[in-house]
Amino acid sequence: MADSELTSGGTGETLTPDTEDQIVGVDAEAGLSGDAPLSALSADAYSNDFGAYVRMSLSKVRNGESGAGPIIIGLIAIVIFFQLEQSVFLHASNLGNLPAEASIYIMFGLAEMFALLLSEIDLSIGYNAAIGAFVFAELNATPVNWPWWLAVLGALFVTTGFGALQGTLIARLGLPSFVVTLAGFLGFEGLMLELTNIDPTSLGGVMELNQTSPVYKLANSNMSPTLGWVVLVGLLAAYAIFTLNRARVKRNHGLVAPPLGVSLMGIVVAAIGGAVLVAIMNVNRGSPIAPLRGVPWVVPFVLVVVVAFSVMLSRTRLGRYIYAVGANPEAARRAGINVTMIRTVVFALCGFGAGLAGLVYASQLGSIATDFDGGTQVLYAVAAAVIGGCSLFGGRGKPVNALLGGLVIGVVINGLALMSVSAAVNYMATAVVLLAAVILDALVRRRSSTLAR
Amino acid sequence: MSTSEDSTVGSGAQSAHSGDGTLLSLRKISKTFGPVRALTDVDLDIAAGEVTALIGDNGAGKSSLIKTVSGLWRPDGGQIVWEGSEVNLHNPKDAESLGITTIYQDLALCENLDIVQNMFLGHELTKGIVMDEATMEIKARETLSELQVVTVRSIRQLVASLSGGQRQSVAVSKAVMSNAKLVIMDEPTAALGVAQTTMVLDLIKRLAARGVAVLVISHNLIDVFEVADRIAVLYLGRLVIEGPAADFDRQSAVEYMTTGTVARAA
Repeated sequence: MADSELTSGGTGETLTPDTEDQIVGVDAEAGLSGDAPLSALSADAYSNDFGAYVRMSLSKVRNGESGAGPIIIGLIAIVIFFQLEQSVFLHASNLGNLPAEASIYIMFGLAEMFALLLSEIDLSIGYNAAIGAFVFAELNATPVNWPWWLAVLGALFVTTGFGALQGTLIARLGLPSFVVTLAGFLGFEGLMLELTNIDPTSLGGVMELNQTSPVYKLANSNMSPTLGWVVLVGLLAAYAIFTLNRARVKRNHGLVAPPLGVSLMGIVVAAIGGAVLVAIMNVNRGSPIAPLRGVPWVVPFVLVVVVAFSVMLSRTRLGRYIYAVGANPEAARRAGINVTMIRTVVFALCGFGAGLAGLVYASQLGSIATDFDGGTQVLYAVAAAVIGGCSLFGGRGKPVNALLGGLVIGVVINGLALMSVSAAVNYMATAVVLLAAVILDALVRRRSSTLAR
Repeated sequence: MSTSEDSTVGSGAQSAHSGDGTLLSLRKISKTFGPVRALTDVDLDIAAGEVTALIGDNGAGKSSLIKTVSGLWRPDGGQIVWEGSEVNLHNPKDAESLGITTIYQDLALCENLDIVQNMFLGHELTKGIVMDEATMEIKARETLSELQVVTVRSIRQLVASLSGGQRQSVAVSKAVMSNAKLVIMDEPTAALGVAQTTMVLDLIKRLAARGVAVLVISHNLIDVFEVADRIAVLYLGRLVIEGPAADFDRQSAVEYMTTGTVARAA
C-alpha cells in the first residue's frame, strides 16, 4: 500500500508538498509478518535524476540549509560594485595581491570558527597568533637557530598549548569562554611584550623573519606561471577523482549520491574559477624591469589548510562530535561523548589555528612587531566566520565559510582602499557587511526553526 | 486493530509461563528524598516482546521509577533483577551496556546532523581514521526499513527539518540499532498530532513484535489502551495494580490513577 506507492512513485510525486513531511507508518501487520522491503526509503530516487536533485537542493535552501550560495552571490555583487567604482579593481596589478591579503583574514577566521561551532568565542586568538609568530621568529634566529620546521612546530606547540589551557579552564571549571579568553587576550599581549624584552635580537620590538626560510617565502614568493598551471591541474584532477569516485561508491551501494551531472558541474565551475585565478595571477603585476608574476605560495597553503580542516570536521569522529556538542551538548553527553574533552580540544584547535594565522601574518609583513593589533584581528576573525555563514549559536559552519568570509573582508578592505575612502568609511562599510551577514543568518535560522515542526 | 489483538494474545501466552519471558524484575524498589517517599516497595516485571504502560497522576512516581531503571538514580532499597540476576546500576552507561535505552521527551537528537549521523552518534563506524559513511547509511536504512519508518524525503536530511513524529521515529530507530532489549519511552506521543501519534504507536507495536520490551510512560489513556499489552498503575509512589490491558477499562484506569483503588467490583 503506502509502501509500494513510495518505492514506485518515482521522483516527481515524492516532492509534492503534501507528502513531503510525512513518515508513513505502514500497517503493522506487514511488520509482524517480517517481509519488510529494504528499499522502503525513497531516498535513492535522487541518485540519478538531475532535476530531482536540483529540486531537493532548492528545498534544502528553503529549509535553511542554504550552504555557501548566498555568500558567493554576495561576493560577486561586491566585486561588481568595486569594479564599477574603480576599473582597476579587477586588473591583475590589484587582484594579484588580493589572495595574499585575504589569507590573513581567512586564517584567523578558520581559528575562530572552531570556537563558534560550540557557540563559544575565543578573544585571545589575535595575541596568541602574535606569540606564535614571535616564538617562531626567535627560535629561527640567533642565538637559538633552530631549523625553520622545528621552529614552526615550536610555535604551534606553544599556541596550541595556550589554547588547550584556556579550554581546560572553560570545560573543566565551567567558566564562560568570553571571560577566560578575555584574560587570554590581555595576558598574551603582555606576554608578547615580555618576549621582546627578554630577547636582545628584537630591535624596538620588531623581529625580522629569516628571509631564506619557507615561512617568509610563503607570502613573498610566487610559483612560476608554469608551476601554477601544473598545481591547478593536479588539484582539479584530485578533486574530480575524489568527487566522482565517492559518488560512484555511494551509487553502487544504492545510497544517496549526487547525480553525475551535478558532480561534473561542480568540477567545471572549480576548473573555470581556478583557471581565471591562475591566469590573472600569472600576468605581470610588477614593473617591466622587475617582473612579478605567479600565484603566491600562500594560496595553495590556505587551500590545503581549509581542506585538512574540512576533512577533520566532516569525516572524522572528532569533527562529528564537535558539531554534536555545538548543537546539543546534552544529546552528545547521553550518546557517550566526552563533552569536556571535546570542548578542550576545540580551544586547542583555536590555538593551533591562531598559530598558523600568526605565521601567515608574519610572512605577509616579513616580520612581527609589538604594534600588532590583536584586538582588530579577533574582531575581523569573528566577522569573517560569521559573514561566511558560521552561526554564532553553535553547530553550524564549515571551513569553506571562513574562507569565503575572509575573502569578502579582504575584497571590501582592498576595494575601499582603492577608492581611497577614509578610515571612518572603511570601518562603517565593514560593519554594514557584517550586519547584513548576521541578519541573513538570523532570517535563515528563523525560517528553518519554523519549518522544523 | 487486528494487530493489537494479536499482540495481546501473545502477551497472554507469555504471562502464562511467567518468569521465562521476564527481562526485568523490580523487587521492592524504594526511593526517598528526605521526608518524601517517591517510591515505596514497587514490584514490577517487564517481559520481552511486550508493551508495558506505566500510568499515574502527576507526582505518582513515574519519572522516579524510570530514572531508577535507567541508572540515573540509585534506589534506597530493593533489587533490580535483569535477565535473572541482580544488577547494580551506578549510571546510565551501566543501564545502556545491559541493553536498557531510555528515550526522554526531548529525544536527545542533534538538529544540525542528519538522520544517519544521529542514529550512529557516539557509535560511529570507522574505516581507519575516517568514518565509514556508506556502511552506516546502509545499516541505518536497514533498521528504518525493518521498523517500516518510511521517510518520503532523504535519509540524509537534517533532523531540524523533521516533524515531531519523525524525530520520535529516529530516536526509536537509534535505540533499536544499539540492540536495546528494553526501551523506555517517556510520553512518546506528547505534543503530536493525530496522524503522527498513530505512526508512533504503530512503531511501538513493531518494536515489541521484534522481541523488544517496551515501557511506555503516558498520560494519554487512549494511546495506552491502543498500544499496551499490560498496564501498571502508580499512585503516590506505590504500584497499586498491574495486569493485562484487557482487564482495565478507561473508567477503572482513571479511578486507579486518582484514588489508588476502584470502588465498584472489577
